[in-house]
Amino acid sequence: MTRQTLPGFHLTLGLSVFYLSFIALLPLLALTFKAGEAGCKALLETLLDPRVLAAFRLSFGLSLLATFFSLTLGLITAWVLVRYDFPGKRWADAVVDLPFALPTAVAGIALTSLYAPQGWFGRYFEMVGIKVAYTPLGIFIALVFISLPFVIRTVQPVIRELPHEIEEAAATLGSRRTQTFIRIILPMLFPSLLIGGLMGFGRALGEYGSVVFIAGNLPFKTEIIPLLIVTKLEQYDYTSAAVLGAAMLLASFLIMLCINFVQQRHATFTFKN
Amino acid sequence: MGSKSYAHLSATEDPTWLKFSLIGITLCILTIIVIAPTLLVFYEALRNGFGPFLKTFADPYTQHAIQMTFWVALLAVPINTAFGICLAWTATRYTFPGKKILLALIDLPISVSPVIAGLIFVLLYGLHGWFGPWLMEHHIRIIFAFPGILLATLFVTLPYVARTLIPLMQAQGQAEEEAALTLGANGWQIFWHITLPKIRWGLLFAIILCNARTMGEFGAVSVVSGHIRGITNTIPLHIEILHHEYHTSSAFALASLLAALAIATLIVKSIAETLSLRQQNSSST
Repeated sequence: MTRQTLPGFHLTLGLSVFYLSFIALLPLLALTFKAGEAGCKALLETLLDPRVLAAFRLSFGLSLLATFFSLTLGLITAWVLVRYDFPGKRWADAVVDLPFALPTAVAGIALTSLYAPQGWFGRYFEMVGIKVAYTPLGIFIALVFISLPFVIRTVQPVIRELPHEIEEAAATLGSRRTQTFIRIILPMLFPSLLIGGLMGFGRALGEYGSVVFIAGNLPFKTEIIPLLIVTKLEQYDYTSAAVLGAAMLLASFLIMLCINFVQQRHATFTFKN
Repeated sequence: MGSKSYAHLSATEDPTWLKFSLIGITLCILTIIVIAPTLLVFYEALRNGFGPFLKTFADPYTQHAIQMTFWVALLAVPINTAFGICLAWTATRYTFPGKKILLALIDLPISVSPVIAGLIFVLLYGLHGWFGPWLMEHHIRIIFAFPGILLATLFVTLPYVARTLIPLMQAQGQAEEEAALTLGANGWQIFWHITLPKIRWGLLFAIILCNARTMGEFGAVSVVSGHIRGITNTIPLHIEILHHEYHTSSAFALASLLAALAIATLIVKSIAETLSLRQQNSSST
């Protein structure tokens, strides 16, 4: 073990390990073991149940869609907030964090009221015959609300750090603005977009509070995986809940690994330059 | 050479029409997606005037939910602050094998679904959980009771203090701490007189952020609480009940309390950022 300069190493490490084990590690182990206890047959039965499969399709599909939508909107927003000056810019920038700060239950009832048939926005959708609240479209909107700030806040600092010289060089070499954007700026932003998208996707996948109010929660139609876990728990079906939970945990792990991988590759990439 | 070459010279600037339309799109995005839901909370809360708004808070169940949330925050925030500082100190001041695992564990609650945050404690302390039968024998209730709510909240809000402090302490380095050490200060003195003053604004913001998260947590708490009115309902859970029973304006009145807290947190965030930037600048010159 390396020698530490500052005192207190054993005390603080000990406390840290104790707390993390008690609050995070032990409970997560319980989940994995409970899911493992189910055995292969029950595990497959739980995961291949048509209702579960429908929920997985809905959760993954809508989260993916919402993430792509957030990536587009987020890129535009981040670009505007860094590159352009306009009155109220500071306010616009501060407002981006609202979905982070607003409790999910509050966001949930607010979005539901907005998009209900009588709501501020819902009535216009109603006019053209589109139902938003209690349909997959409503879930999609809630997921965009959740994932948008992740994209903006990941891409924004990278746009701020973009070296102007490269854009100038491209311009002097005769590149058009669109060419510069597609060939030079977008590739430089790509890793941060990927990371922001992955973070938003991961969050959208596990989101519960802001979705359950607007979702309608009909099995096979608007039932997301986190809600299905809660339903299983309410039926005291701990094993199925644990299996679904473990599957979600695995997804979170994979997303975290991807983020780490992109971050590391990106770090070495900038370091070489 | 014509006007075309001029266009190339200013090619690092976006054309004005594009600028204005992008700014317009951005303002629309933010208004529709972010601002409208927040505004609606306050509008619905105060739509029937101030009287009905206040009446919501006279309801004993509502009062109990507010008290419950208050007690959870009173315990969860100091615990996570103390251990958050400890985690940040360990992660930034020492090198040791397995540090990456420690950092990953700190990050984990952010990427895990809140439902899973509740589920893991049910599987551990619930009736059919690992310690369930033992707890039952000794008449200790954790799930569907206050301790469960506290545990789930601690898990969800675990990362906020540590994650706010780690980049800050990394950027500040430890030269001053080492200087104090050579002058004979002990570990506690170093922390109290050197490190704590250096991180105070970051820490203040971290505590406020952690508090807002604690009071607003819904998914995890919903799984472990059992929704027993007057016993295990926190503010967010009571909002859900009011909403389901079509007491819309009461639900929004209670929600506006949390929304106001969220906005206050954002304001403090921007102030804390300015202050810590100023502190950094003044210490670097």
